[in-house]
Amino acid sequence: MAAAAGPVIRGRGLGKTFHRKTGETVQALDEVSFEVAAGSLTALVGPDGGGKTTLIRLVAGLMGLDRGELTVLGVDVGADPQAVQDRIGYMPQKFGLYEDLTVQENLDLYADLHGVPAADRRRQYPQLMEMTALEPFTRRLAGQLSGGMKQKLGLACTLVRAPALLLLDEPTVGVDPLSRRELWDIIDALVRDQGLPVLLSTAYLDEAERCEHVVVLRQGKVLAQGPPAQVRALAAGRTFLTTPPAGQSAREALAGFLDDPAVIDASPDGGRIRIVRDGSPAPPSPGAAVLEPATARFEDGFMMLLQAAAQRGGGVPTPAAEPSPPPPAATASPERREPVVEVRDLVRRFGAFVAVDQISFDVRRGEIFGLLGPNGAGKTTTFRMLCGLLSASGGTLRVAGADLRRGAASARQKIGYVAQKFSLYGQLSVEENLDFFASAYGLHGERRRERIAWAMTQFELGPVAHQLGGQLAGGYTQRLAMAAALLHQPQILFLDEATSGADPLARREFWGRITDLARQGVTIIVTTHFMAEAEYCDRIAILDSGRVLAEGAPAEIRALGRTAANPEPTMEDAFIAVIEQARAGPAPRQAA
Amino acid sequence: MNAPRPQSGRLVAKLRRIRALIGKEGRQVMRDPSSFAIGVILPLMLILLFGYGMSLDVRHTPIGVLRQDPARDAREIEASFRLSPYFRTRSIGSMAEAQELMQSHAVNGVVLIPPDFSRRAAQGDASLQILVDGVDGNTARIIEAYAGAAVAQAGVRRAAEGQGAAASGGQAVVVSQLWFNSANDSRYFLVPGLIVLIITLIGAFMTSMVVAREWERGTFEALFVTPVRVDEILIGKVTPYFLLGLGGLLLCVAAARFLFHVPFRGSIPALMGASMLYLLVSVAGGLLISSGLKSQFLASQVTLVVTFMPALMLSGFIYDLRSVPAPVRLISYLVPARYYVTMLQTLFLAGDVWSVILPNAAVLAVVATVLLALARRATRKTLG
Repeated sequence: MAAAAGPVIRGRGLGKTFHRKTGETVQALDEVSFEVAAGSLTALVGPDGGGKTTLIRLVAGLMGLDRGELTVLGVDVGADPQAVQDRIGYMPQKFGLYEDLTVQENLDLYADLHGVPAADRRRQYPQLMEMTALEPFTRRLAGQLSGGMKQKLGLACTLVRAPALLLLDEPTVGVDPLSRRELWDIIDALVRDQGLPVLLSTAYLDEAERCEHVVVLRQGKVLAQGPPAQVRALAAGRTFLTTPPAGQSAREALAGFLDDPAVIDASPDGGRIRIVRDGSPAPPSPGAAVLEPATARFEDGFMMLLQAAAQRGGGVPTPAAEPSPPPPAATASPERREPVVEVRDLVRRFGAFVAVDQISFDVRRGEIFGLLGPNGAGKTTTFRMLCGLLSASGGTLRVAGADLRRGAASARQKIGYVAQKFSLYGQLSVEENLDFFASAYGLHGERRRERIAWAMTQFELGPVAHQLGGQLAGGYTQRLAMAAALLHQPQILFLDEATSGADPLARREFWGRITDLARQGVTIIVTTHFMAEAEYCDRIAILDSGRVLAEGAPAEIRALGRTAANPEPTMEDAFIAVIEQARAGPAPRQAA
Repeated sequence: MNAPRPQSGRLVAKLRRIRALIGKEGRQVMRDPSSFAIGVILPLMLILLFGYGMSLDVRHTPIGVLRQDPARDAREIEASFRLSPYFRTRSIGSMAEAQELMQSHAVNGVVLIPPDFSRRAAQGDASLQILVDGVDGNTARIIEAYAGAAVAQAGVRRAAEGQGAAASGGQAVVVSQLWFNSANDSRYFLVPGLIVLIITLIGAFMTSMVVAREWERGTFEALFVTPVRVDEILIGKVTPYFLLGLGGLLLCVAAARFLFHVPFRGSIPALMGASMLYLLVSVAGGLLISSGLKSQFLASQVTLVVTFMPALMLSGFIYDLRSVPAPVRLISYLVPARYYVTMLQTLFLAGDVWSVILPNAAVLAVVATVLLALARRATRKTLG
């Protein structure tokens, strides 16, 4: 296949409008013009509902265009979608795998559909298997693969015959950092070695940084496009690092900085705070913090773009910039607060398989504790035991003073749980959902009204009170789920990958709320695949194969990844280093 | 990049894709427990349930006999009930006991032979009382009829023996005879009706579920962005469930013939032809429903209401369409199952009566064509 001169995708003035059943229209894409050059890697980034998926589906010929011209591989997609579909590879957000078929059968199906001759398969299959490391699992059902393996299989299915263009819709959602890195190695190799043009969408901004070309979409409009350096340059000279005031963690100090209208973004970064400021000269900040210039990242420039767009167009609330009360003075330092979750030598077996192998940790009141680990590390199993949804095979487990192995029911009253897939009723309105959960928790009368009113104000659900749960935008769904979990004023809140698939803005907002809750004395335990989010935690534990490999404050964990080659490791680098070290050597049962 | 391939090459590629889709579908049915349950277990359960558990006949119905007359005539009447295969009799001593047994549903009816029965029988105006539990109206009517027949029979025998008043020899006795279902066995029409239900279930219900499932799980999205054409996807869905439906049909026919000994007077080719037409109608209906409703739950509910329930209630399988109100009968003409039931009942109990089969088959052929065309139009390789 000769790399054709000129772009493989060329879109001019693309417009797409959706009509909801309620009668309102949604402008999914508005005057979008962009190009994907031959042999290049292009990323679509932006908040949820920005139009990323719609754009990819238009390119794949799965939707009709309302306005504009779109040519893919030299073909007008609107006029002849099949001609495009014959030649491209496409991985939708939901994989598109048949879960009742084995890995091999899925591959064979797609090879048959693409008419790949037997000789080509003999050459192609070993390559794909080597690339995806799925060789040992060819006879396993696709439904029994982990999230990362499913993504790799989905990718392999699109590559059974060399496509002329690859479209990937959020290929790394719900995938742990290790699998994410493997997936990216594959994508990089495809682009570099085979000159395959790739268009992908992502919620991970560090991934955008690896692409040659980035298109930032917000509310259906292109905010910026070009090489990632161009977006990064927006924040150059405006990015700083600072140390939180004494006695405060980076997370607790964030709100103070965000109150400053000149501060566009503030996030924890290895025990310190990363700040992006607008152009105005820095006035003395709260506590006269010393701002130390830092290298701008793509994410910093991205936040500036969104901020500018929000000011121009309005509409979307700025991230987590809500005024919050100062922390209660009575709060003792975390070290001296009493533990509310005590886990000792906890074991859970499924038949011969040990999912959780003698783990121990404590979580103190008002603390945010993060459980990190690759898929299958035992996080969800641990979580379910902590919530009393699963019984332990051994060890002790005390939650909010109750022994979960005996008095599970009384402990559950003190627990709030937000599952990976929010369990809300799509056919009930926001208000009705809250009402239902309030009655499920046994709230009634004055207290019930009071708590629902609290939830409505605390999570700013007023504007959508009468909207159906199933029609809420992503950010609101998450708020509603948290509001429902907090109605009965639990002492402990469990969040299982609550931000999976959420965009950076929604995640900032989410962590702003979590910080508030922690300040009010609620203990929070989270799992997440976003290593940057681990920075918000007071302490984190990294799990693999059912054991705790490392535990400590974010800065301590990051230090574990420090090498001569990488003196300033990110949380993700540290995570991967800890896991790989443990997997390489004989498992150290006793931490030093 | 691809040189235009010759026509035959394109056809081969098309057939390969169809084969791949059919193979995939087959594996899914075998592996997915819910598909297997609906496609294989449920038909078997229905056969056993309808064949053994459900019967509209009265047989061994418990009744009580309260005989207050010790004479021979009265004893004979009691014996005729006792010897009848339709009843299981028990003797009762008093009216109070009769009442108690009726109330506790220990018996479904009581035959009361009054003290003056034989005396009045000699005079030719004997009467006996039959109390029937009316809760189950159907059973009640049948007990009533059987009891009347038993009494009349006894009367005839007595007349033949020359006893009683010779003057009353002019008693008329109705002799009824049933045609086509000479054994008057409800299984004879229930089992053919069952075929209708099973074919509807596999054809419409399963097809709509599996298509909706592909929408729900997002597998269609990936499938669409391949060289697969819409007609190939449809053929890939229709074929496996058409074959599965034929399997269900053979199972039912075998059960009818060898398990329940239902006579089959028509020919196998006629049966297969009629069944294939109806199967095609069902599968096309399922495709059409699921192309509009992309959730498994909705598709299954709608299919149940639109195809399965009418096939059960309005096809003439359980309720004779000649005895339903005229508006309902008019509606029943819209139910494809009705035409198939008519053909099946004819084939099983009467034979290859072409004057009945051909017009009904023609209706089904037209319906199948229209539904398939609509399903083809409704299925597009687009989302949202």
